Amino acid sequence: MNIVEDLLNHSRLALAKGITAVENEYDNAVEIMTKIYPHTGNAYVIGITGPPGAGKSTMTDGIAKEYRKRGKTVGIVAIDPTSPYSGGAILGDRIRMMDLMGDDGIFIRSMATRGSLGGLSQKAGDAVKLMDAFGMDVIIVETVGVGQSEVDIVKTADTTMVVVIPGMGDDIQAIKAGILEIGDLITINKADREGTDKLNIEMEMMLELNPEHVQWRPPINRTIASRGEGIEEVVNSIEEHHKYLVDSGKLAEIRKKRIKSEITDMINVRVNRYIDKNVVRTPDFEKTVTKLQSRELDPYSVVDGIVGKVLK
Amino acid sequence: MANVKVLVAKPGLDGHDRGAKVVARALRDAGFEVIYTGIRLTPEQIAEAALQDDVNVVALSLLSGAHNTLFPKVVELLKAKGMKNVLVIGGGVIPEADIPGLKAAGIKEVFTPGTPTTKVVEFIKANVK
Ligand SMILES: Nc1nc2c(ncn2[C@@H]2O[C@H](COP(=O)(O)OP(=O)(O)OP(=O)(O)O)[C@@H](O)[C@H]2O)c(=O)[nH]1
Ligand SMILES: [Mg+2]
Repeated sequence: MNIVEDLLNHSRLALAKGITAVENEYDNAVEIMTKIYPHTGNAYVIGITGPPGAGKSTMTDGIAKEYRKRGKTVGIVAIDPTSPYSGGAILGDRIRMMDLMGDDGIFIRSMATRGSLGGLSQKAGDAVKLMDAFGMDVIIVETVGVGQSEVDIVKTADTTMVVVIPGMGDDIQAIKAGILEIGDLITINKADREGTDKLNIEMEMMLELNPEHVQWRPPINRTIASRGEGIEEVVNSIEEHHKYLVDSGKLAEIRKKRIKSEITDMINVRVNRYIDKNVVRTPDFEKTVTKLQSRELDPYSVVDGIVGKVLK
Repeated sequence: MANVKVLVAKPGLDGHDRGAKVVARALRDAGFEVIYTGIRLTPEQIAEAALQDDVNVVALSLLSGAHNTLFPKVVELLKAKGMKNVLVIGGGVIPEADIPGLKAAGIKEVFTPGTPTTKVVEFIKANVK
């Protein structure tokens, strides 16, 4: 099987194998990503994030169906945390999307965080690119939480939606900062529950106080994802944001920024690996550390010496 | 870093997934990445999910009934989709007499109720490709 050629010819198996190659860091991963790169940049990428159990997967399923109705193909990357105890994971997003199986215009990939979220954001980004090259029109990335690492993953998205639910108590405080930073859209899911109006007012006030939203004010939608209610409006809002980004020239701007940060990350990873292998894991370095401990050397001179040599 | 990916699925019409969930948790605790897909699935849904997640193992569970048709159908569809080297195992209330037929159809092992989950874990570790 030629993964790249087959993937570009719409082989679903090749897409699956390509993602596995980047996920497991197989030897052929770099070659695959190199060859598909010219075929990427066509998909519109949507990030969906929010607290555990907010209904993100149910919503993703509904949004995918709505896009299919509108004639678009949809790729989904659904990320769940790896258990820090066993290294295993239960990837449970797909359970909400099984009714999408059998549709050739859909491809869903579950991914575990596998410890390093930094590494994951690159892998998730590569999975998005592979789906993009495969020809998916819209790609949805689902992650849980709105912590810093999730923010990094969401940076691969053109439009980011934060899902909140009534009855989150104090958790909402912690999430607010994240919403302000990344949310282009806010969706209150489980609007069948008590507290929806109160949450809506809180969200409105929060947006009111934020001076950054002069050109684009994140709309607040209400949904009952489990009944498919409000999903059409959410997709309308996504498309409005898309249009705003295109019309304002911001889409090209954020994509350029993204490329810059991706490439910076890749350089950092490569340089760190080089230093780890050629500096840190050497007998010389051990000796230097011993001399530092006995104060025969000082850290500044040591660092100057090493960096001088590495950057030569 | 390669991890073993296991799809846990319940084909057919019966509605309980307590057993499948217990197995899913045990597999996670053994360090596997478990894709839990729920109940009342068709063989096509299961095989397609297995392809998309490029899993190493498909673990099927069925409480009653149509294992003799549904289990082999999953194996057949995986092959048709080009998924080679997938270890397919089954569990549930399966009469002793049906087991040889299922094995001949490509189900590598069949676990009957009461089998400790550690046995399933060991079998996967020993046979996964
Ligand atoms: N009452 C109510 N329940 C909902 C709604 N939307 C989803 N649910 C339920 O909420 C539960 C969690 O839904 P998921 O879609 O798995 O949530 P999630 O945010 O993807 O969960 P994680 O990925 O585990 O963080 C399921 O039982 C859904 O049926 C809703 O609008 N109202
Ligand atoms: Mg989910």
